[in-house]
Amino acid sequence: MKLDILAALNAEREARRAAIVVTDVESGRQRLVKSADIAKDPLRPQLAEHLRTSKSGMEATAEGKVFLTVYVPAPQLVIIGAVHISQALAPIGKLVGYDVTIVDPRTAFASPERFPDVKVIAQWPDQALPPLNVDRYTAFVALTHDPKIDDPALLHALARDCFYIGALGSRKTHARRVERLKAQGVSDAAIARIAAPIGLDIGAVSPAEIAVAIMAQITERLREEVDAEPAPIKAAS
Amino acid sequence: MLSTDNDILKAAEDWRKNGRAVALATVVETWGSAPRPVGSNLVIDQDGNFLGSVSGGCVEGAVVTEALDVIESGKPKMLEFGVADETAWKVGLSCGGTIRVFVEKVE
Repeated sequence: MKLDILAALNAEREARRAAIVVTDVESGRQRLVKSADIAKDPLRPQLAEHLRTSKSGMEATAEGKVFLTVYVPAPQLVIIGAVHISQALAPIGKLVGYDVTIVDPRTAFASPERFPDVKVIAQWPDQALPPLNVDRYTAFVALTHDPKIDDPALLHALARDCFYIGALGSRKTHARRVERLKAQGVSDAAIARIAAPIGLDIGAVSPAEIAVAIMAQITERLREEVDAEPAPIKAAS
Repeated sequence: MLSTDNDILKAAEDWRKNGRAVALATVVETWGSAPRPVGSNLVIDQDGNFLGSVSGGCVEGAVVTEALDVIESGKPKMLEFGVADETAWKVGLSCGGTIRVFVEKVE
């Protein structure tokens, strides 16, 4: 690989943009196709399909046998609420390979002492979230229980097509949340995308166990989505 | 520390920019049960230092050895590992799968 291709690839990854490296496996010849340039590439159908499934693979083309290495952005994990569960979920998410950000306007919770080595933003979701580029490579988790904080955050996540959206709370709490979101014009289909009660049902009790259940559910969603194109569902806003 | 895909490619760039000779190995095809998916990367320098993985640790040693050749010659190589491989007794995949690994120099 030419160093300039490698550097350009790393720049795309840094900016959270997908890119595909096309390698002629006979000659070693290579080129980088940025996701924005796929539409005008001669291999457009193959590139688009590989990008959709996020899967690398060999393709027989008019150019010969090529290998397409698909690089999608590292998944990011946005956690609303600098709560006890977040103290476990942040390091677990990091270990699994996510860029982790915690948002909580309550400065007593969102302190660096409670969250060493994690990006913590002590602002309200409407300020903190827009710069984070919440996208389809984002898992979004609302953990405060506080409608003033969680609800606007969830509305933002639903509008951004996150691959996973989860919200903490009992069935009763969630039923009240559903009523509030519906009153804001959110469709049933969008509400159905929110995992609640949050996490896989593994009988988790402690905050750390609940974090494991959440991370497991995020992983399940990330991996099942690969073969199915999700219908884009937008929240009314 | 556990390295992510981001770290591996960044390391390849940084190592090269610091004057080290570097090769990049990529899993390009798998058959049967393979430990790492297609697209997985391993980066190797001229001293045999490496980051990332192309298998569960079964064939990395062999890939590093071949990568040193690729660094030397500058010519890319396609490697195949699996139980059907004649060197299976040495560096085969215990899981029974077969993988092909493309090794290229970063230049």
